[in-house]
Amino acid sequence: MATAVETKGWTRDQMAARAAKELRDGYYVNLGIGIPTLVANNIPEGMEVTLQSENGMLGIGPFPFEDQVDPDLINAGKQTISELPQTSYFDSAQSFAMIRGGHIDLAVLGGMEVSEKGDLANWMVPGKMIKGMGGAMDLVAGVKKIIVVMEHVSKNGDAKFIPECTLPLTGKNVVDMIITDLAVFHRPDHDSPFKLVELAPGVTREEVAEKTTAHYVE
Amino acid sequence: MQKIYPNAEAALDGLLFDGMTIAAGGFGLCGIPERLIDAIQASGVKDLIIASNNAGIDNEGLGKLLRTKQVKKMISSYVGENKEFERQFLAGELEVEFTPQGTLAERLRAGGAGIPGFYTKTGVGTQVAEGKEVKSFGGEDYILERGIRADLSVIKGWKADESGNLIFRKTSRNFNLPAATAGKVCVAEVEEIVPVGSLDPDCIHLPSIYVKRLILGAPYDKKIEFRTVREREAA
Repeated sequence: MATAVETKGWTRDQMAARAAKELRDGYYVNLGIGIPTLVANNIPEGMEVTLQSENGMLGIGPFPFEDQVDPDLINAGKQTISELPQTSYFDSAQSFAMIRGGHIDLAVLGGMEVSEKGDLANWMVPGKMIKGMGGAMDLVAGVKKIIVVMEHVSKNGDAKFIPECTLPLTGKNVVDMIITDLAVFHRPDHDSPFKLVELAPGVTREEVAEKTTAHYVE
Repeated sequence: MQKIYPNAEAALDGLLFDGMTIAAGGFGLCGIPERLIDAIQASGVKDLIIASNNAGIDNEGLGKLLRTKQVKKMISSYVGENKEFERQFLAGELEVEFTPQGTLAERLRAGGAGIPGFYTKTGVGTQVAEGKEVKSFGGEDYILERGIRADLSVIKGWKADESGNLIFRKTSRNFNLPAATAGKVCVAEVEEIVPVGSLDPDCIHLPSIYVKRLILGAPYDKKIEFRTVREREAA
């Protein structure tokens, strides 16, 4: 019996794998919560990538074995993790000094909206409970390259890559690359428009155009 | 000069007053000064302004002070996972000054270092920038953020020597270090107090000058918010 499942677009894991292609040997990287966290499972073999956790750690290891769980060792998502031989710990001011100071090469974050000018909104929805921005505003302000990984459209089917953000901003003109379940957009600098550089399997340029209200170049 | 007190209540004696500002260490429930928070709750002091990255969770950490309505305002970056906080916030009973995490850490560090304000790119063009001075450096905009000077700092360390030199363990250092420096008085609780000379002077995280009062808080039953583990591969 033929299966009716369409193999169109990227799954969450595949989006994370696509983001992982942007990693380079020697990079120091901060991964946000959600799909960005999955990027850690896709670091190419033999490549040295050091993950930063903004609560004060360089060199995040995998989740611990049950008998190694340590309440003093968590990531920024407050999950228990483990350390590596090269791990270092530091305080929050030092952690954000390295973020704000431009020492982190890449951050991969989730997004609710990205504008065609590279504005990012991912921290609050007016009228809903505000939980706070955590470290997101510091990351987009200080990290050298910002990749946003998000679904191409909202649950209601609304475009999320749009001319102007409607939600309160996390940062203005900060996004370098957008990876959705349908496509990849990139811009070489913060003065250039985004360019559609890749389509997910089975996705057409027409479909991307239909589900995007932002201006971008083909 | 004796810095070691028998318990949290004794260590806070004479330091608490209504409407005071307290800087508290911890990230989530990791490295929170539990004994001192309990003693602040028991004292009944109210209208507190608390600078802390998080606000605890329901009935844990600073969540305890929220439940007893001793907090007037939180200066925090993230307050999720806290129903009572949400209820008070939505009812207008609690003020929150949302501050980006790095800006909060730097505000505490700066306050403790005698720096009343600093310019940062964090928050430029967002709600955080509203009402703040914007200044251009090298063609880029920065906003003025103010250092925080607290009446009291409460922190949790791992080990301290009898003079107050202190070290932290793994990711529990977090906000404990910048918070410690921001208060006029810092009270620290630790898991172990060791004789002077037993900590390597090259490895002190928080020099004794910042620690005015010290208690042994052990034993601790440290809470975990999200226990995530991996399976051992079958042999």
